[in-house]
Amino acid sequence: MDPIHQFEVTNYFVFAHIGGAELAFTRSALFMLISLALIALLMIGATGSRAMVPGRLQSVAEGTYEFVASMLENAAGPEAMKFFPLVFSIFMFVLAVNLIGLIPYAFAVTAQIIITVSLALLVFLTVIVYGLRHNGVRFFRLFVPSGAPVYILPLLVPIEVLSFFTRPVSHSLRLFANILAGHITLKVFAGFVTMLSAFGFLGWAGAILPLSMTVALTALELLVAVLQAYVFAILTCIYLKDAIHPGH
Amino acid sequence: MDPAAAKLIGAGIACIGMGGAGVGVGTIFGRYVEAAIRNPSAAGSQFTNLFIGFAVTEALGIFSLAIALLLLFVF
Repeated sequence: MDPIHQFEVTNYFVFAHIGGAELAFTRSALFMLISLALIALLMIGATGSRAMVPGRLQSVAEGTYEFVASMLENAAGPEAMKFFPLVFSIFMFVLAVNLIGLIPYAFAVTAQIIITVSLALLVFLTVIVYGLRHNGVRFFRLFVPSGAPVYILPLLVPIEVLSFFTRPVSHSLRLFANILAGHITLKVFAGFVTMLSAFGFLGWAGAILPLSMTVALTALELLVAVLQAYVFAILTCIYLKDAIHPGH
Repeated sequence: MDPAAAKLIGAGIACIGMGGAGVGVGTIFGRYVEAAIRNPSAAGSQFTNLFIGFAVTEALGIFSLAIALLLLFVF
């Protein structure tokens, strides 16, 4: 009945020991591999035939491709298209993992903060490394808003620096907390069903209420799963824009 | 005060912050719908901005939720 129990990472087998830590194939790794396999199956399998008039699966694959491509181009400009593989992989991975996590008894990988932090740090370090290599010192104009009066710059620059360095925190926490809170809420309402049904016939009748609430919440979580994948990808695009055109 | 009780009260107080994020997200979507009804042809172009505003506002509510979860399950 513990709503946190579902997020427990269990080891399936341990294949190495490094120092005191063990390197294991976990439940988290299993579900990441499953989602990776599903994405590969969808993208390779659906586009394998390359029909001129796409079938259903091919339309899905082409639709997601065009959706992410137009999102990146609108948010970060045509120059950002070299980052398309990164953004598309992040979007598809987060989407697949979120959706698979909604299946009962499946494991919600994005409810592990280590996963979302690694994704957010990947984006953050990409922005810093590419921004410094591509723009050099001009990258630091990111912290100096153009058109601001000089006398408020001492106040403004620390705020901009702070907001830049808290980006990976909010970027990762948003996805993590949304999925975590959603799954806890689902589990709590599902718990009400079993608790009520212990009271005999009247309890069974009363359990219809939390049961229908669970169904409605699952629909909401489906929306949240897609929305958070979209939000994660669009924020990635916005951050990449700063690396390409700092100071705009 | 019993530390366990103080922990639970603290988690409850931390959740008040989510109300502010709720007001903010409601304002964003409300204003978007208002503007979209006035000028439906411009609604599509502001869709990205809508979700950026939503994400940034929601993050603040998520922070207070994270504090509540930390108080409940970590300390």
